[in-house]
Amino acid sequence: MWERGRPVSTLESDLALKKSQGKSILEVRNVKKYFPIMGGILRRTVGHVKAVDDVSFSLPEGETIGLVGESGCGKSTLGRLIMRINDPTAGSILMNGRDITRVKGGQLRKLRHDFQMVFQDPYSSLNPRMSVGSLIAEPLIVNRRGSRSDIQSEVVRLLEIVGLSPEARLRFPHEFSGGQRQRIAIARALALRPKLIVADEAVSALDVSIQAQVLNLLADLRKEFGLSYVFISHNLAVVKHVSDRVAVMYLGRLVELAPKRQLYNSPLHPYTQALLSAAPEPKRHANRERIVLVGDVPSPAKPPSGCAFHTRCPKVMDVCRSERPVLKEYAPGQFTACHLYT
Amino acid sequence: MAEPLLKVRNLKTYFISKEAQVKAVDGVDFDVAPGKVLGIVGESGSGKSMTSLSLMRLVPGPQGRIVEGEVTFEGTDLLKLTERQMSDVRGNRMGMIFQEPMTALNPVLKIGEQIGEVLIRHRRVSKAEAKKQSIGLLRSVGFPRAEQIVDEYPHQLSGGMRQRAMIAMAMACQPKLLIADEPTTALDVTIQAQVLDLMRSLKNKNGTAIILITHDLGVIAEMADDVVVMYGGQVVESATADAVFDDPLHPYTTALMESIPVIDQDRERLASIPGTVPSAANFPSGCRFAPRCAMAQESCHQRMPELRELKPGHYVRCDLV
Repeated sequence: MWERGRPVSTLESDLALKKSQGKSILEVRNVKKYFPIMGGILRRTVGHVKAVDDVSFSLPEGETIGLVGESGCGKSTLGRLIMRINDPTAGSILMNGRDITRVKGGQLRKLRHDFQMVFQDPYSSLNPRMSVGSLIAEPLIVNRRGSRSDIQSEVVRLLEIVGLSPEARLRFPHEFSGGQRQRIAIARALALRPKLIVADEAVSALDVSIQAQVLNLLADLRKEFGLSYVFISHNLAVVKHVSDRVAVMYLGRLVELAPKRQLYNSPLHPYTQALLSAAPEPKRHANRERIVLVGDVPSPAKPPSGCAFHTRCPKVMDVCRSERPVLKEYAPGQFTACHLYT
Repeated sequence: MAEPLLKVRNLKTYFISKEAQVKAVDGVDFDVAPGKVLGIVGESGSGKSMTSLSLMRLVPGPQGRIVEGEVTFEGTDLLKLTERQMSDVRGNRMGMIFQEPMTALNPVLKIGEQIGEVLIRHRRVSKAEAKKQSIGLLRSVGFPRAEQIVDEYPHQLSGGMRQRAMIAMAMACQPKLLIADEPTTALDVTIQAQVLDLMRSLKNKNGTAIILITHDLGVIAEMADDVVVMYGGQVVESATADAVFDDPLHPYTTALMESIPVIDQDRERLASIPGTVPSAANFPSGCRFAPRCAMAQESCHQRMPELRELKPGHYVRCDLV
């Protein structure tokens, strides 16, 4: 067993952190999240789902990091750990240099002013019984940000920022389309003037024409308020569009982390290569060689030994089956966990 | 072009209640050539799924009704068949697969029984023979342990495997036409690549024509020979896939192409389409895209444009081009 909160291996985090210049708004250090599997009559723990397994990265202020991967890779769990919705099993999360891994209660609520989350489904993340005005005002009222009239004018200002008319505050979520609801969710997240926004599949449920509107809005907000984003998505093209750096996850582990141009132009990890080649491009005769992986993603309750990707990797070697590769820097700024390069 | 396998003319499917008339599909025309892939693209509410359900005569009643049109499949108008005759066509000469294989498969029947059912109904084979053929079908869609899979239940399979089992079922009677409604939308990219590969190889092997319905222009670009772009229950553009991607003519198609992020290009800012997709209960008068169209003029708001053939085989519903 590991000791709670103490990093087990330091190599990864040290290397990944050394590269970040300037002040980082967020640091994730050797974070793990193991969900227990209960079994038997006594409901004893019979195993663990390793949702996030030793992940480290840092996010400089004003930057956007994209987290990509397929379902079950742990990207959403990682987002929830950063938000402190779930507590990590091990590792630490630093916000503006301060360790927030064990902050609780009122103090945590206060810290949350600085980091907010936007969810995938704007239909279930907004209370249907509250008017849009009270939805956006709620975080301001709870945190006693000004008088009634101050809050009202702040609500109008926030609606304007996200491109909705002031009249919208009198209406209810069901009267809005998916894209508009996502704007409401963004306005609510912005109310306390956060520095970091974790967006979990924030545009995935939207139609293509609406998706562009929301992506443009996120880009504008970033410029205007100097926001940093952790942008979680399964859509490689969207992640490329919004991110400065991209992290690819597979079965709870980081397999590659690089500035976006490098990652998309010269991916190192065979999984990244396969993922990129599999994404259909809206272009005829896109001259790409398609790597079709065989089989499904293995269960995170029983991840394969060694490199978790070895069961599907087209370039698998003997060492991959037994030894877990370490995330290392192979090109400037480009980290990958793969035995091919050692 | 050879005689089309399927000809759809002026298809109208409305949902009629006391209060309102919702024109989900409003005068749709297109052809499917034998052995080719027709891609139907559109956003939610464009009527693409309701079009496919209309072809199979599976529009949810009693409000939903096909009020007008012709669907000519191998020379017969499907809309004129009796319910009994239609069920001889479904699953036999026409197969369909859906987005969510978990809801489309029966959770309490073994995979083999569900595939066998189709064969017993249309081919009148024995139970034992149906099971034998089911194993062969599962193997042809890439299951290595097909003998075991026939005796498993849908929940024991992953999403990609379920979709492959659905395809095996739809292909059981070697249909001439496969209708695939968002077949890969619920799947991960690497699994999507497997399923698209499978569909392509089945098409090449059996000469099955496919109607592929999706909102994903990437999937269309990769799979389709011909493309129909739908908006507000109507066809706004239809042409060969090459023509639609290299030389889109309708302002909606152009805007749609520019609004998606592309891996191969760096787009500083996406060209977004303002406003939202109109609701079928409340379409604007005149051109249905006019309220969101950057090029719209006064006349666009008044008169509904006709679908015109601007170049040979390239149809566009816009008066400005």
